[in-house]
Amino acid sequence: MTYVLQQLLNALQVGSIYALIALGYTMVYGILTMINFAHGDLFMVGAFLCFVAAVTFNLPFVPVLLLSMIGVAFLGVVIERFAYKPLRQAPRVSAIITALGVGLFLENFTLALNPYPKQIPQLLENTTWTFSGLSVSSLQVFVIILSLVLMWILDLIVRRTMVGMAMRAISWDKTVAPLLGVPVNMIISVTFAIGTSLGGAAGVMYALAYPVIDPYMGIMVGWKAFIAAVVGGIGNIRGAMIGGYILGAVEIMVVAFMPSTYRDFIAFVLLLVLLIFRPYGILGKPHPQKV
Amino acid sequence: MSVLKAENVTHYFDGLAAVSGFNLNLEPYELVGIIGPNGAGKTTIFNLITGVYKATHGSISFAGTEIVGRTPSAITALGIARTFQNIRLFKELSVLDNVRIAHYARVRYSPVEALLHMGRFQKEEEEIIGHSMDLLAFLKLDAYADEVSKNLPYGLQRRLEIARALATRPQLLLLDEPAAGMNPNEVSQLMEFIKWIRKEFDLTILLIEHQMHLVMNICERLLVLDFGETIAEGLPRDIQKNPRVLEVYLGEVKC
Amino acid sequence: MMINTSRIKQFKENLETKRWLLPALLVFVFALSLVIQQFELLDPYVQLIIMYVGINIILTLSLNLINGYMGEFSVGHAGFMAIGAYVASFLTVKVFPTDMAAWLFPLAVIAGGMVAGVVGLVVAFPSFKTRGDYLAIVTLAFGMIVKSVIENIDALGGPRGFLGMEKLSTLPWVFFWVLISVWVIRNLIYSNFGRGVLSIREDEIASDLMSVNTNHVKVLAFTVSSFFAGIAGGLFAHLLQFINPRAFDIIKSTDILIMVYLGGIGSIAGSVIGATVYTVLLEVLRPMGIWRMVFMPLVLVLLMIFRPRGIMGLREFRWFVPVRDMLASRLWREKKAGT
Repeated sequence: MTYVLQQLLNALQVGSIYALIALGYTMVYGILTMINFAHGDLFMVGAFLCFVAAVTFNLPFVPVLLLSMIGVAFLGVVIERFAYKPLRQAPRVSAIITALGVGLFLENFTLALNPYPKQIPQLLENTTWTFSGLSVSSLQVFVIILSLVLMWILDLIVRRTMVGMAMRAISWDKTVAPLLGVPVNMIISVTFAIGTSLGGAAGVMYALAYPVIDPYMGIMVGWKAFIAAVVGGIGNIRGAMIGGYILGAVEIMVVAFMPSTYRDFIAFVLLLVLLIFRPYGILGKPHPQKV
Repeated sequence: MSVLKAENVTHYFDGLAAVSGFNLNLEPYELVGIIGPNGAGKTTIFNLITGVYKATHGSISFAGTEIVGRTPSAITALGIARTFQNIRLFKELSVLDNVRIAHYARVRYSPVEALLHMGRFQKEEEEIIGHSMDLLAFLKLDAYADEVSKNLPYGLQRRLEIARALATRPQLLLLDEPAAGMNPNEVSQLMEFIKWIRKEFDLTILLIEHQMHLVMNICERLLVLDFGETIAEGLPRDIQKNPRVLEVYLGEVKC
Repeated sequence: MMINTSRIKQFKENLETKRWLLPALLVFVFALSLVIQQFELLDPYVQLIIMYVGINIILTLSLNLINGYMGEFSVGHAGFMAIGAYVASFLTVKVFPTDMAAWLFPLAVIAGGMVAGVVGLVVAFPSFKTRGDYLAIVTLAFGMIVKSVIENIDALGGPRGFLGMEKLSTLPWVFFWVLISVWVIRNLIYSNFGRGVLSIREDEIASDLMSVNTNHVKVLAFTVSSFFAGIAGGLFAHLLQFINPRAFDIIKSTDILIMVYLGGIGSIAGSVIGATVYTVLLEVLRPMGIWRMVFMPLVLVLLMIFRPRGIMGLREFRWFVPVRDMLASRLWREKKAGT
């Protein structure tokens, strides 16, 4: 029982990180119906910015987090402006390939600057409490709570503010929204900024939890977060959160009860099974084609 | 024997009846029109007949064969072809290829013969090109055979859509608003054209149209739909006087 | 009209006679490749690059069938390649007698292609109902599943990889398989089924309503595509003489995607150009070290912005188009004028 609880706690931690990254995928998809395949690499950049801020500038945790989030958000907005915006009218697949290209660029550029994996110093004091066999680290609790707070803030923005309303308007109907005075380009930039900053935050938390970082770390984590977004129903913000936690739980449980090499296998088979029964994800809705 | 027989066809979208209790009997060589305000379920009926949607209840039979539950391609292969409200050509492909594709169900050569370009392949391909070009020539489109179809003017795109539908060699042709976007002059040409292809290809035609002028002039029988229900059926001149129809169309009818 | 007809005839004859050049040229190049291999006329390094180009042409063209011609978005192509590579390697190393391996090599490659093809057939089923992003995810998951299955099979060396293959992929073999794949995929495209593939890209619902059995077409396209990916895998394994699951991960699939969209969707010529340019450019830029991997994605992004359809997008080199299709309307007119 303790073992299961212990694993559930781990699942919450991993799931939080997946959920944060999945949000970036889903927000961009919701507004542009485009899969930003560079998003996993923005997560990686977040982790590296965390390294730079902590080691080179010797900053404490809160500025490190803010710096990473702002840095990644800035990068996300720049990428959207220069790489994705010219392609809004082009075939959708061109934008996807561009995103893959941007992702490769970020990976290799980071690699060119940092040929060796980097070790992140301990930024937060980590104490471990034990409750009748269940060990809980303060870092774990911190990651989970911070993720939940960030997601709560995002939910508020999307549901309660003008910016959020504009986002929903654009994702509802791209052609009508500008006629109603929604500043589409500005809102898209804001969406990218928010979505990627969450990815940056996830990068920092990942770096705290698993302190060795390398330029290719974003690929696998990114694809998995993307899967989480799909499982939840891509384009749906709450779906992405749910998907992230589900994926985290599945992975941890597979590792807990089976050889760890089966982790990816089971996760992906589950994804396929889910897509067969709910082809549009848990909270997604099908878009019937008009004839 | 009737060409198409729809009995008590009902279709729900998310619990909402888009079409309910629809009945239709088409005799060979008939030209029947379906009219009704926007959202009355006219195109849904086409989608039900052609298998894009599967009717929730009821039966549709084509020349005596039940077709509910069959795939669109199987239904087309049986002999029902259609055009679309908003033109749906294969835009990036040539006019000729648009028509060649519609021969799909006639091909007898196997995938292996296709991969090797051997066996029955050569002969059948030449026949398909021949038929397609003949058809295009018949509809005066052969001069555009090598054009990319999206580059054709609008009127020719509409005609190409009809040509493509005819290439499947239908007995029953469904035309979804064939006169959409046409001026009165073009509409009268279209009326002649529809009558002409019916004669030349021995077709039964069911059409959806908003242009009353066209419907009243060429249809032998009319069905009026409102909110998925058939509210009137009969000869065009009777329909014109039907009080329920006038009620639905009040302010909309332009005769 | 008379003058016109005779000029068309002239043109047609020119093309017909020129077309004899193509097989002649190919036979010559094939003979050349045999000679080169026999007498080692080319630097082994250059030979290696040429073989990589060949293998990449097969991969690119086969993926182009799904992503370019059919307009789907498959991101698991390396998975099929892995299946071909492992099946072929397992056969030559563990099953076939060692002294016969060189002779049975073509069989091993074909077997690898066939197993990949059968798996491709299975992957086609989700594509009946799912399109676009969701199908992309299915193929992605497929690629990852292949990789983790191989990692969990001890007989295949698991994550450590598999070795012991002789260097059986030679210039003539690679050239031969490039020819076969180009020929077969061209034949498919210029057939009833190929037009079905194109019509699915253009408008799947309209295609279905024009009597195209889209499910059959998808099964055929996926099977052929993954068959050739498997062939490429077999050749790759017997060129490198060592394979491990990581060699066929998402990065490899991305590489193939880049070659497809660089060369241009829906084009055989584009696939050949894309694979050649990408492979050669990466080699030429090798002195740049890691910076070439920074530079290449930038080129790709710029290309997508300024030429979203790639170098050859939807255009074709004439010799790849059968005369029957290229001159269809002219030949028909000529025939009408004749009778």
